[in-house]
Amino acid sequence: MVPTKDKEKILTAIFWLLALIIVGILFSLIAYIAVRGLPGLSMDFILQAPSRAGKEGGISTTILGTLYLTAVALFLAVPLGVAAAIYLEEYARPDSKFAWLVNLTAETLAGIPSIIFGLFGFVFFVIFLGLGWSIISGALTLAFMVLPTITRTAQEAILSVPREYRENSLALGAGKWQTVCRVVIPPALPGIITGIILSIGRAVGETAAIILTAGSSLNMPLSLSDSTRTMSVHLYLLAMEGVSMERAFSTAFLIIILIIIINYLANLSLKRLAVNN
Amino acid sequence: MNPKIKIKTSDISVFYKDFQALHGINMDIQEHKVTALIGPSGCGKSTFLRSINRLNELIAGTVIRGQIYIDASPVYCKEMDVVALRKQVGMVFQKPSVFPMSIYENVAYGPRIHGIKNREQLDEIVENSLKAANLWGEVGERLNAPAAGLSGGQQQRLVIARVLAVEPQVILMDEPASALDPISTARLEELIGELKKNYTIVIVTHNMQQAARISDYTGFFLNGELVEFSATNELFVNPRDQRTEDYITGRFG
Ligand SMILES: Nc1ncnc2c1ncn2[C@@H]1O[C@H](COP(=O)(O)OP(=O)(O)OP(=O)(O)O)[C@@H](O)[C@H]1O
Ligand SMILES: [Mg+2]
Repeated sequence: MVPTKDKEKILTAIFWLLALIIVGILFSLIAYIAVRGLPGLSMDFILQAPSRAGKEGGISTTILGTLYLTAVALFLAVPLGVAAAIYLEEYARPDSKFAWLVNLTAETLAGIPSIIFGLFGFVFFVIFLGLGWSIISGALTLAFMVLPTITRTAQEAILSVPREYRENSLALGAGKWQTVCRVVIPPALPGIITGIILSIGRAVGETAAIILTAGSSLNMPLSLSDSTRTMSVHLYLLAMEGVSMERAFSTAFLIIILIIIINYLANLSLKRLAVNN
Repeated sequence: MNPKIKIKTSDISVFYKDFQALHGINMDIQEHKVTALIGPSGCGKSTFLRSINRLNELIAGTVIRGQIYIDASPVYCKEMDVVALRKQVGMVFQKPSVFPMSIYENVAYGPRIHGIKNREQLDEIVENSLKAANLWGEVGERLNAPAAGLSGGQQQRLVIARVLAVEPQVILMDEPASALDPISTARLEELIGELKKNYTIVIVTHNMQQAARISDYTGFFLNGELVEFSATNELFVNPRDQRTEDYITGRFG
């Protein structure tokens, strides 16, 4: 028999080691991308438009395309997803057939590979609705893709708000909607924002579905009907078509930076919201 | 002056799906008095309280039969404005549950809901309510601190202040002292004695001494029935029903 105290020590050591391995892998990954990507990085790389299929110039239009597409997709998906979550958790009766259907749909959609969304988006938005390869087609497709994540995480967040808050609010004479706005949503916000951050990650990282729906134009995206190329798509094409490995790594590095900035901003807005409440 | 009946329940039965939790309760609750409800766990005390402010109907599958009158007007009817009812009938829950906001915002919650926006008016309501709940002395200096940082006893008084801020006429209290230490309990009992001048109070308690100390009337519930209801000193000194006597002498429950 190993004494309990020694067991504790061994276990602690194992967990430490595992944690170290995870951190190590993550760091070496980022370090590798940095080492290969940093030399090609310059202000010009960020600010200049690409030319000759990305062989020359920078990647400014793909950065804008990424931001544009992600913003429009979230603008569509967040209100819808959060509203669906509020409806499902706060308003729908437990035996509601409609709620059951919405839940089932969200669950099913969450498990579908993104390429299928891409195929659907291509056939439906690009061809059938005639929207062509465009930011709007891409954003609609992305919105469909992240909608289940946003709805599910918002549902979880709303569900974890203690029932007592609602009862106390109602007992004070508040209406249902007042209760939802004042004592349910504020404590659920951190969870809701987590879902949004996850969705941003998916949207920024998506490639196949975007090529199918938003195309891969390197022009400056101006209107919603313009085709665009996101950074991830650009990275994929640079590497696949053997344009430039160095530029692919520089782009990869910038994607990581972009994600870090977005997460930071989301957390900041979250803290601000928490303070205001 | 004749005592006025504030709440009259007429044959109230409550069903949770197939389970009948209350069997035709008839009770006249006097204005500006403290009415205590006692009885073993699960006998329907909370259910009874929650039927007065219509909180039971939040639970899916609940059916309520019978009628309750407040100031002689029926509570269970189509014309009843539930919001107005709950403004008139405040409730302090068994577990104090403060909202995740500041002390000030907790107390101002009700008045804000009911449309008061003027900051000075809110300040005044918050101060008066906290004073009435015996909490002002402890928190008056840190109204903007999060309410969750208060002690259990302070939170319970904050919840009472939050109810008082709405200016109800009736306050329902469901075992408000169950989580309190003896000192906080004593202060709460003192507070109830003061509040009854302006409010009608119905309080559920498991503590028989407490019921005897603070209430004017006591009702004994058993298995969803109101076994006995009379003036407190009568019920405790001279119970009419054998079951009441068994319960208050600790022979069961
Ligand atoms: N939401 C519910 N669904 C089904 N049954 C319920 C529900 N709430 C209460 N009951 C049942 O109704 C009966 C009365 O419950 P109630 O909460 O009114 O008892 P109580 O007298 O307040 O008990 P305690 O002193 O333990 O708080 C109990 O048998 C309980 O199991
Ligand atoms: Mg109870």
